[in-house]
Amino acid sequence: MNGTEPVIAARNLVKKFGSFTANDHLSFDVYKGEIFGFLGANGAGKTTAMKILCGLSKPTSGEARVSGYDVYHEPNKIKNCIGYMSQKFSLYEDLTVSENIRFFAGIYGMDRKKIKIKSRQLIEKLGLTDAADKLIADLPLGWRQKLAFSVALVHDPGIVFLDEPTSGVDPITRRQFWSLIYEAASEGVTIFLTTHYMDEAEYCDRVSIMVDGRIAALDTPGKLKETFSANSMNEVFIKLVRGGSDI
Amino acid sequence: MNNVIAENISKSFKKAGSSGNTPIDKIKKARAHKKGLKAAADEIKALDRVSFQVNSGELFGFIGPDGAGKTSLFRILVSLLVPDSGNAKVCGFDVVKDYKKIRNIAGYMPGKFSLYQDLTVEENLSFYATIFNTTIQKNYHLVKDIYSQIEPFKDRRAGALSGGMKQKLALSCAMIHKPEILFLDEPTTGVDAVSRMEFWEMLHNLKKAGITIIVSTPYMDEASLCDRVALIQAGKILNIGSPAEIITSFGKTVFAIRAGNAYALINDLEKSPLCESVYPCGQYLHYIPKNKATTLAELTVTIREKHPDAEIITIIPGIEDCFINLMKEAR
Repeated sequence: MNGTEPVIAARNLVKKFGSFTANDHLSFDVYKGEIFGFLGANGAGKTTAMKILCGLSKPTSGEARVSGYDVYHEPNKIKNCIGYMSQKFSLYEDLTVSENIRFFAGIYGMDRKKIKIKSRQLIEKLGLTDAADKLIADLPLGWRQKLAFSVALVHDPGIVFLDEPTSGVDPITRRQFWSLIYEAASEGVTIFLTTHYMDEAEYCDRVSIMVDGRIAALDTPGKLKETFSANSMNEVFIKLVRGGSDI
Repeated sequence: MNNVIAENISKSFKKAGSSGNTPIDKIKKARAHKKGLKAAADEIKALDRVSFQVNSGELFGFIGPDGAGKTSLFRILVSLLVPDSGNAKVCGFDVVKDYKKIRNIAGYMPGKFSLYQDLTVEENLSFYATIFNTTIQKNYHLVKDIYSQIEPFKDRRAGALSGGMKQKLALSCAMIHKPEILFLDEPTTGVDAVSRMEFWEMLHNLKKAGITIIVSTPYMDEASLCDRVALIQAGKILNIGSPAEIITSFGKTVFAIRAGNAYALINDLEKSPLCESVYPCGQYLHYIPKNKATTLAELTVTIREKHPDAEIITIIPGIEDCFINLMKEAR
């Protein structure tokens, strides 16, 4: 964490679908350059909250600001200053490396001139000069991940949302991916991510754990382990989510 | 008794678009030609001479990442896909010639949720029972432990279930025709840690009932819950054995290290000429020295020169350590 300036600020955020409360008074801050782990059981309300923060859905009540923009009134400004990547959808396999960069940069509203400069820089930085005209389908997984992450950052967003970015990825590539995350965070990019790998929860600066629509815990991995007298984040998670109701 | 015998199974797939004749394929080809793109390698080898045996009553796991070949292998074993070469028998029946028999004795839970989203929970189960010429009533005892947990929602559409509930319904559907052997393809992928734990508890109960279970997973930590596992990567089996055997055959010394400045620590260790590999693993770094005989005391002295606060312990490697090492060796 290298800043105290909140880039995401949520206060009493509520989202209801009919009588079902998916997000129940969420309040939290995420700071500049922080790696924030957003954990929770399936159906706890993570996706709902993430959609609100990405400007894709409006809350029922409460407040939330992302990069200073209001989620009710300025969702399009939010979309301009965030990046998004998931394991399930990131790059088009039958476009080449440079076509993918051009496509996503265009989607993020960059002009042609800027796109040209940026894609050259990016390809050089990634060491993909020889592979620029190769189809994504022909790239090894490690390179694809690297590119997908860079593409999510192509428009220099302050925040990047990573939705299970390493799901199903081999253990070596998974670790390479985390060094990219660290690098981006050290450059001041805020990382907001979900994962089901509990060892990855240990790599986050702070972690929030959602249970039944509420944030049941939020702290550094070290403090959480202390509070729940647990040896690992996996134990913390199981204690919190399983709670008293042992089904 | 062997319940599954597979010998030298290979399977290749044509890459999407490489030989198709749809308008889109034609555009792609023309585009590739115009740009002088080297046509993508036409074939992907999904499985490369895979051989293994599973004993009756065993809980056997295929552990490997996406693209390792797990799904192709499962589809071959349940007779939904024909191998290019090699052969396999399930409960004594050939997966190609005796496919009708296999479908009666095997239960299959595909990786992608493939129940009917707009049928209710009960309608889905009843549908699967009917296909196999039975009824929910007749085989209720087989699925009772699992199905009773979602029965309160039996009138809910399957599409509206949570991840954990979908999983329970899919498993019930795979069980309702009283299979002798179960093939579960990545039943815990994308499922939270608690639901995963509960799912494995269900599998252990099924195993106690005498059913042979073959399961696949990308989560390395689930290997320890299987009787035996095959580590699989890029269509090849890297190692087969009980989790303990795999760890024993690893044969390297592993230390877990942590210090206040984790980033500097990993850089310093990487640069060291004594280091074979170092990588993060949860709250610690795992460090494997080139020299197997390195002692904790020696290492502690060296590391504390630069990182006086470092905590260093000797650990028993995990399956993930073994997998990382085998992947590096295979490259």
